[in-house]
Formats: sequence, C-alpha cells, structure tokens
Amino acid sequence: MTINPDLKYSKSHEWVKMDGDVAVIGISDFAQDALGDLVFVNLPQVGDEVTAGEAFGDVESVKAVSDLMSPVSGTVCAINEELLDAPESLNNDPYGAWIIKVENITGTEELLDAAAYEAHCAAEA
Amino acid sequence: MKLIFEKSVPGRRCAILPACDVEKVELPAELKRDAAPLLPEMSETDVSRHYTELNQHVHGVNCGFYPLGSCTMKYNPRIDEEMAALPGFTGIHPLAPQAAVEGCEEVIATARKYLCEITGMADMTFQPAAGAHGEFTGVLLIKQYHDSRNDTKRTKIIVPDSAHGTNPATAAMCGYQVVNIPSAPDGCVDLEALKSVLGDDTAGLMLTNPNTVGIFDENILEITRLVHEAGGLCYYDGANLNAVMGVVRPGDMGFDCVHLNLHKTFATPHGGGGPGAGAVGCKSFLAPFLPHSALMEEPGHIQVRGFRGNFLVVVRALAYLLTLGREGVPEAAQNAVLNANYLMHRIKGTFAPAFDRICMHEFVLDLSEYKKATGVSALDVAKSLIDYGMHPPTMYFPLIVHEALMLEPTETESKETLDWAADVFRALYELGYKDPAFMHAAPHNAQIGRPDEVKAARTPIVRYTKA
Repeated sequence: MTINPDLKYSKSHEWVKMDGDVAVIGISDFAQDALGDLVFVNLPQVGDEVTAGEAFGDVESVKAVSDLMSPVSGTVCAINEELLDAPESLNNDPYGAWIIKVENITGTEELLDAAAYEAHCAAEA
Repeated sequence: MKLIFEKSVPGRRCAILPACDVEKVELPAELKRDAAPLLPEMSETDVSRHYTELNQHVHGVNCGFYPLGSCTMKYNPRIDEEMAALPGFTGIHPLAPQAAVEGCEEVIATARKYLCEITGMADMTFQPAAGAHGEFTGVLLIKQYHDSRNDTKRTKIIVPDSAHGTNPATAAMCGYQVVNIPSAPDGCVDLEALKSVLGDDTAGLMLTNPNTVGIFDENILEITRLVHEAGGLCYYDGANLNAVMGVVRPGDMGFDCVHLNLHKTFATPHGGGGPGAGAVGCKSFLAPFLPHSALMEEPGHIQVRGFRGNFLVVVRALAYLLTLGREGVPEAAQNAVLNANYLMHRIKGTFAPAFDRICMHEFVLDLSEYKKATGVSALDVAKSLIDYGMHPPTMYFPLIVHEALMLEPTETESKETLDWAADVFRALYELGYKDPAFMHAAPHNAQIGRPDEVKAARTPIVRYTKA
C-alpha cells in the first residue's frame, strides 16, 4: 500500500490536495484496495454544495456500493468526467485520478497527514 | 454448453399455429422492423433438452446444501406445493363473484389471522409482491400516518449501517432522507448514536432483529421506546423472522409495522425470480392506511398491486402454518438457531466467527486474519466450496465485517449434512496454508470457472450477435 506524503487524508480514506483555494479530492490506495475493482462512479454536478463528513457521490465495486465522503464543505467546481467511462483509473492510479474539485471552502473535517494516516490504516487493517 | 442461438437451424420450428381466422392487417411501414429479429429456430425436443441441461447446471436446495446467509434457503415441503396446485386455487379469476371465491377468501383471512398472531400485529395486507415492495408499503404507512396528523416536519428515517441495502433504498423511494447510524462493535444498535440523531424530524426507524450479523439486539425495547418518545414509528424488516417466528413477536418488541417475506420464511421456493409475497402487518392505529384493492371504493386508499397480490404464495404459507401448527412453528425457528450454532461451533478453531457468542439463525465468519496469513480470500474459499457441491455462503456482506462469509444453514438440514459441511470448511482452511494457488484458481470441477465479474460489469454484452 502506498501513501502519498504530499496529501492530507480523511479517516474515511479520501485524500485532499489544496491547489490555491481549491480542494482536489480523491480516494487513497488503501481505499481502492479495500473496495476492490471499481466498475461504476456516481459523481455530483458542478455547482452542487458538499458538506464535510457527508456523502458527495458513490463508487460501485464488484463487492458493494460505497459512499464517497467529502472531507470539506464547499461548492463543486469540477468533476473528473473521465472516471465515468474509466472507473478503473481509481484502482490503477488512486493519487492521480482525482474525483472532484471544491471551491468556496467553508469548513474542513479533521484531516490527517501522511504519517497519522498510515497509523490510522494500520489500526483499521 | 452451447448457447441456444448456436443451436439454431434456419427454418426449424416447434409450434404449429392454427390457421388465422381473423382478417389480416398490415402494419404501417414506419412501424415495421427493418430486418427479422434474431430468434433461435429449434425443435421442441431440442428446446426441452436445452433448458433441462441448464437446469442440471444450477444448484438449488433440492440439489444440496445451500447456506446462503440472509436468504433462508430452506427446503420447502412438497405438500405446500400440492395445496397451491389445487384447481380451486389456480382456476379462479380476480373478478369472479364473491360467492365463487369464498374458499379463497377464507384462505386469506385465516393466513392473516395466524400471521398477525405470529407478528403481534392487528391487520395485514398481502398485496406487496416481495420483500422490498413490502418495505416500501410499510414505510408508506408510516408516511401516511404522519401526514394524517399534519406532522410534516418528520423527514428522516434512521437505518443502522448493518441493514440490508433495501432499507435505505426504501426510505429514499418514499421521499425520506436516510440517516445512517453506526453499529456498536457487537453489530447491535449503538444507543448513544441512536439518541444523537433522534428528534422531531424523525419519521421512523427501520430495523431487523435478529440483525444482519445474526445477533438478537437485547436493547430492542429501549430502542423502540426511544424512537416512540421522539414521535417516530418503528418498522420491522421481517427478513430474519425465521430465527424467532413463534418465539418472540415484533409487535411485543415495540414495532408498529412489519413485512414478512412469505416466499422465504413460509415455504415458497425463492431465489429464482418469484413470484413472492411481502405481506405487511401493522398495529391497529395504522390499519386504516393499509392498501386495498381498487374494488373497495374508499377515498384516499393506496394500492400497491392488483387485487390480492400473489395469492398462491399465501396458500403455501397457510399450508405450511397448518402442517407445522402451534408447536411446529417455534420448533422450526429453534432448530434454525440450533443448526447455525452447531455449524459455527464445528467450524470454530479454523475460520473465526466475527462475533464469538451464541448466534441466532446465521453467523458471520471473518477471514481477514486468514487472508493476511495465507493470501486466500473469502472469495477463494467460496469458489472452492463449489467443487464440493456446496452453494457458497453470502460473501462480503454485511459490510461492517471485512472478508465476510455469512452462513445460514436453516432448520431443514440434518446433523450429517452440517458435520459434512464443517469438515469441508476445516479441510479448506488447511488447504489455504498448503496450496493457496489451488484455491485462487477454484472452482476446478464446475461448468464455469471464474467469470470475469469486472469485465462483465464494465463492458456487459447483453445481446447475442451472430459470429
């Protein structure tokens, strides 16, 4: 399992990268491995409001459907439409395949740095 | 085996249609197809053999052990089929005059009486066609109740994270916001989590008891009391009634309405696409909201299906209840619980139970440690079981247990079958340490090895095209 040292992580296994005022959100390698092969991604629309700690979309694997939890509150300013046709990108390149970008951020969940996230994963595995 | 399309021979027929005795009408050109549909052309003999061959490749309860957790794949007595095949039941028409169907009315009334007694409810409808349809009907009762009191601020239904997926789907379909609450470590409702989400926006709670991991929630009276104090109603998902029927009643646990999977708990073969029956029972204060047939011209009634629903499923349920009787119904539940505990105990020491305590009618194995040690996953074990002629247990459910295998042996299996099944599980446990590669490649003796589920989901081919 790899953990990208430059990212912040939520306890529900999403990663966040701040790009100026915009939060780029994806799922961690631990998350994609636990979910298994992904076959479908359900994304919000640009302009939707997301709330920290609440679902902003879901992913479907051959095992189950799982919610994607937003680490931040704000407005969706971009979605990665390529994932709709190629959900396997989340398995192949979890830290490259971003899911949504959020602007006008009004709140953030308690986020972990790479070391704290590694400990969190070890406790959960 | 070949696809039916591959067996097709141009021009071959099996139906001899009588001469057409009505005037021929030509369709307008724009409604006509451009080309003839691609349909298999076969003789009746070959069609019959094709489907019989498919049948021989299927594993049903009549073929062998089928411990598919949360599905109650028990053997259904033949006598129930015989009763449902009586011409007096099969030859009726829903619009027949009342005097011609009094026997059928009596079947419905008697089944209602017994099932209301088993669930502790006052009234019941047999309209819903299956479990999720029953859930939908039950939650609509809750909605109508709040609406009738102009209590429109109740917009949320609480569902524990261990619930069957149909529960949140039902609440959402009824227009409610779903509030998920985490389970306590033992899989039961976390009372503090429940308290923290209850309020004057609570419409109700949906719950199974015993819950999805096969544990009876001992706080059930406290749970239903808390929901009622907040002004919400309690919905009992009858999916797991097989464990407690005739022993404890959802009505006594504090539930206001329930659905029963008659096709699952009460003797209709299921898993093949139906028909089923998701009977919905309720306490008397909800009875005015029950769906009625359109024949009853009452204002404001709801109707969820035509007439009386799948009547023959009700006939089977009544035959089952009458043959088991007052002593037999709880005995079936007790044997279901006994069998599950026996099998769990016989497997213990190899694959670990997710919850090491007395279970109800089913139990969950947690293979996450085993997978770490051997690399063999729950999927590999499930696939390996196929080689022994056993239907795999439910896999990767409930989601709160990782690498889950969920076993529900049911009351209709003998001690010999359970001993054999336990020996198979124990042998596979050992095999995982010795030859994991063999298990990664299982099944070895089945018609179909491992279908590529990912490819099937990502790029499904649902239409036959000629090579």
